[in-house]
Amino acid sequence: MTTTQQKPSVEPPPGKNRPHPPLTWRQRLGRLDVKLSPYLYIAPFWIVFALVGLFPIIYTAVIAFQDWDLVRNTGEFTGWDNFAYVVQDREFWLSLRNTFSIFLLSSVPQVIVATIIAAMLDKNIRAKTFWRMGVLLPYVVAPVAVALIFSNMFGDRYGLVNSVLNDIGLSSIAWHVDVIPSHIAIATMVNFRWTGYNALILLAAMQAIPRDLYEAAAIDGAGTFRRFFSVTLPQIRPTMIFVIITSTIGGLQIFDEPRMYDTNGQGGSNHQWETITLYLYKTGWGEFNFGRAAAIAWILFLIIVAIGMLNFAVTQRLIATDSVARKTKKSRTASKAKHIKKEVGK
Amino acid sequence: MHLLHKGVNVSFSRRNKTAGIAAGAAVFALTLAACSGGGDTDTSASGSTDGGSGDEPVTLTLATFNQFGYSGSSEGGDYMYDLVAEYEELHPNVTITYNVADTSNTARENFFTKLGPGGLADVEAIELDWLPEAMQYSDLLADLTDPATDGNWLDWKSAAATDADGRLIGYGTDIGPEAICYNVDAFEAAGLPTDPAEVAAALDGGWDKFFELGQQYTDATGKGFYEENAAVLQGMIGQIEAPYEDPETDEIIALDNPEIKAMYDQITAASEAGVSAGLGQWGDDWAAGMANGDFAAVLCPAWFLGVIEGNAPDGNWNIANAFPNGGGNWGGSYLTVPAGGDNVEAAKEFAAWLTAPEQQAKAFENVGAFPSSPEAAASDAVQSYTRAYFNDAPAGEIYTERAAAVSVTPYKGPNYFNVNDAMVNALRRVDEGIMSPEESWAQFEADVQSIG
Repeated sequence: MTTTQQKPSVEPPPGKNRPHPPLTWRQRLGRLDVKLSPYLYIAPFWIVFALVGLFPIIYTAVIAFQDWDLVRNTGEFTGWDNFAYVVQDREFWLSLRNTFSIFLLSSVPQVIVATIIAAMLDKNIRAKTFWRMGVLLPYVVAPVAVALIFSNMFGDRYGLVNSVLNDIGLSSIAWHVDVIPSHIAIATMVNFRWTGYNALILLAAMQAIPRDLYEAAAIDGAGTFRRFFSVTLPQIRPTMIFVIITSTIGGLQIFDEPRMYDTNGQGGSNHQWETITLYLYKTGWGEFNFGRAAAIAWILFLIIVAIGMLNFAVTQRLIATDSVARKTKKSRTASKAKHIKKEVGK
Repeated sequence: MHLLHKGVNVSFSRRNKTAGIAAGAAVFALTLAACSGGGDTDTSASGSTDGGSGDEPVTLTLATFNQFGYSGSSEGGDYMYDLVAEYEELHPNVTITYNVADTSNTARENFFTKLGPGGLADVEAIELDWLPEAMQYSDLLADLTDPATDGNWLDWKSAAATDADGRLIGYGTDIGPEAICYNVDAFEAAGLPTDPAEVAAALDGGWDKFFELGQQYTDATGKGFYEENAAVLQGMIGQIEAPYEDPETDEIIALDNPEIKAMYDQITAASEAGVSAGLGQWGDDWAAGMANGDFAAVLCPAWFLGVIEGNAPDGNWNIANAFPNGGGNWGGSYLTVPAGGDNVEAAKEFAAWLTAPEQQAKAFENVGAFPSSPEAAASDAVQSYTRAYFNDAPAGEIYTERAAAVSVTPYKGPNYFNVNDAMVNALRRVDEGIMSPEESWAQFEADVQSIG
């Protein structure tokens, strides 16, 4: 302490410990470059996002509290009326039910089948690239085209699916009348399109798994299934979580398929397959009630955020337990190694 | 035949709302529309016949959808007349930019997005289906009332586009007067009359005649007579002066209106007896059902002829010059002039010219758009028009008479479509067997009460 106090009084020897000379213009620029550039580089994204993402979100919130007239661009403040109406609307709850039902019917089988397909493609098969490209083909087809083809196949009277059912002695299913069959039909369209895509992503993750893990497992006597469940699945977990999150977001926003499922695009006479985005669209562009549509948009936004956080929490937990497990393993192996070294040293 | 077949696209009205989706399938069509957007024809015209609108150069924009029959180069068709080029020739100072949207739904969204802030074309086409919405904003559209053009259109056509203050906001283009089209072979198999005049005589009267004939058919064949309940609703609701709302106050009266309940009971009684085929219009099953004889009669506007021909190419259909309880109209369009435009006067003149009798007759020859002008309908081209597929039925004559038979312009207020959608759903639920007529009516009541 005392020394530091004394220091200033001591004349610094010339040439040594001199205060830095003022930075040259070039140096300043260089410094600025280091400090500011990263922000500049990400600025385009944030500017575009602010314009087309953030601003609409906030503006939607403003509109949601008004009885909004799109044409005159004016509104009358109505407080929480729009939200109150929506949560009391039977149509809202039905569309929420449909959304979750279609989401579960599509995402769950989709992830399971995609994993199985990926595992198959991960094996040593002939014409690998051909098969890999093959599973991606449905993804190339436009969703609207998929919906047109499938809604024809699922026709109630003259659809292909029902003719096949009749041929094998079963009775026709009212695909466009009953709730669950309509959800299955729509989920089929989604699965047709997305299973291959997810399979490829999972395949990429599987190929990154070190092969020696499999060899070690095989030497330890693990069979094919054991290797799949104990090596493959834990190793692709992060990718799996990514796939689940993206398909959740996509599933909650499903619109094209239910809209195209019949020619009216209204989700059925009793809202059998009306999803929440379809409800939003109908309220906005059908009824011209943009205030209420904005309220629905915000409710949907909050639902997605809630589910996203749930996803995040689950993911964190999985990763946390994963790393804890790894750490304990590591420390154990490390202490073992030390122990061995000591022994060797002796 | 070629002409009217194209006419299908002209005014598909109801279909468009729905088929807007189906056509949304043709996403590529968007690009097409965008391409044809630049269809402004250059005027290097020869004869300078001034239309009396000044000599200053004016650029007018015209926006329509599907095919109005105005210019083949923009609408993507091989037309006899190019009305846009003709107008430019008549008015050398006018240059016209013509944009065609791929579907009426696209045009509708564009229209209402830009109606307030501006940016619409000088002349904008709107469809009967969204006319009630446009009427809510009639102050943003120029008043087109003009003694010179008075009487160019059928009364009911202009009445629908006249607001409470007596301002006419749209000049009528085409209309969809309805007759009854029937499957001749199916009628014969059921022992019903097959001659168009006899069928028309059997249908002469109210809707009870229609349902009676249907019951006879169903009893004889075990099949449905008409497509679906909602299709019949379309015809019946157009004959009620104030179906769902009070014209004075816009208050929803659908639940207290005895006419609505009577109509509902009449339709559902028929469908419970199997007279409805229960095939949702424009669906795949419906299209197949038309060819397979799943139903025998349809409410049939002029533009619908091509639909039957397309869906049942080997069918044997005919047109009865009759419509239950008088007349009915399904579809049609208007040309409007947004009041905020730069060239309102020149645009009015252009819109009036396009919808004048001579031009309507030409549009009919181009794409079969059935004229809303009685004078155009009286033209040779329309009157001599027959349709080979429908056993050479004199379609031109029949539809001129059907148009004259329309007497009611139903009041459509701000909630018309919400209530009507609820009604369509109510009737479909009965058709589909999800609910009994009573249950479905109760649901309709709940739906209507939640509107607002």
